[in-house]
Amino acid sequence: MSEEFKVEIVNPEKSFLSKENVTEVVVPAFEGEMGILKDHISIISFLKPGIIKVYSKSEENKYFVEDGILEFKDNNLSILTSSIYNMSDLDRNKIDQIVKDAEKESSTDNIDDQKRYLIDQKIEVLKNLMLN
Amino acid sequence: MASLDDLKKRISSVKSTQKITKAMKMVAAAKLRRAQENAEKGRPYSEKMNNIILNLSSGISDKENAPKLLTGTGEEKTHLCVVMTSDRGLCGGFNTNIIKKAKQYFQKILKENKILKIITVGSKGYDQLKRQYKENIIEKISFKDSKNINYFDADKVGKIIIDRFEKKEFDVCTIFYNQFKNVITQIPQEQQIIPLKTNEEKEASSNDSYEFEPEEDEILSNLLPKNISTQIFKAMLENSASEQGSRMSAMDNATRNAGEMVDKLTIQYNRSRQAAITKELIEIISGAESL
Repeated sequence: MSEEFKVEIVNPEKSFLSKENVTEVVVPAFEGEMGILKDHISIISFLKPGIIKVYSKSEENKYFVEDGILEFKDNNLSILTSSIYNMSDLDRNKIDQIVKDAEKESSTDNIDDQKRYLIDQKIEVLKNLMLN
Repeated sequence: MASLDDLKKRISSVKSTQKITKAMKMVAAAKLRRAQENAEKGRPYSEKMNNIILNLSSGISDKENAPKLLTGTGEEKTHLCVVMTSDRGLCGGFNTNIIKKAKQYFQKILKENKILKIITVGSKGYDQLKRQYKENIIEKISFKDSKNINYFDADKVGKIIIDRFEKKEFDVCTIFYNQFKNVITQIPQEQQIIPLKTNEEKEASSNDSYEFEPEEDEILSNLLPKNISTQIFKAMLENSASEQGSRMSAMDNATRNAGEMVDKLTIQYNRSRQAAITKELIEIISGAESL
């Protein structure tokens, strides 16, 4: 039996990615990284800033997301996100830019703890990326 | 009767108007293709978002403590209407249709002695509503400066709405926009976004159990504000496709009408030119005869 399922990543502007033959997807869920294989139980979860890894038999793709929601049902994984970048398109300058924006946002006073946590998380993930 | 010179001027003026409308039609056609594509690309997101929310809200056990954005404030006293129109004119009945639909709704609300508040998105809507409903308009938003429709703008509108909701400024929120069907047909829509209207039929089919992470009410309360921005974004996309479609057909009509007018004026011009020549000939001949 095949171990492949379908993944679809959409952002408000367009359908970002649609793939029929993935074997595993690792997502930065709200309470930690989560790997999804075929026949996973139906789940709805939030994403925090991090890396989505999409594995298929022949290749492996990575995407950076800032937020999103994920729904898995009947071997269909849908990820809704408002900001997603393909890792191969992200160069140092762009990462720098995002980090700078995030730091600026983090330094303002009128945000709540949860938001601050998310922003810090984003900065941390990006800084890790820069090191590699 | 108009003199030959006047007719000539008229013809050339109609011809140059025709050139403008033709150019506008071309531009609208090019923009329409892009806007239509965008609208179609944007649909999956809002549909999926809606689906997830439906699944979530049907699974919620404790209706009492459910987020207010979903269930409403329990009252229906103050209505907020978000009227979404274009920033530019010359697009046929596009804006008028939305306004007409909105006005019907306004009258219904006012008749029931409820309080009406209006937010206009797009400057044309404000222009048309300010005469009659000036004191009801609480905010006007226009995105004249942004070239393309982007999620960021929609999010801004969404935040304004949620902000006002949390300050308990209204109980029910409805948005008005044109749904794009095809180039000649755009359907004015009213859609209630707060409290969210859930479709009963759909609820029944989706009673699978989900695992939630974090808790469902937490997800829901985070998701609902996003959904509002998404719905507004969808409305904006549909609106822009409709606007271009409507402009295209309006300009097409205008070009055709101008063509007809040029034909008519040319015939009139030729006739009067001929009449003048005939008159001159008669004068010459009768002058020669009298000699």
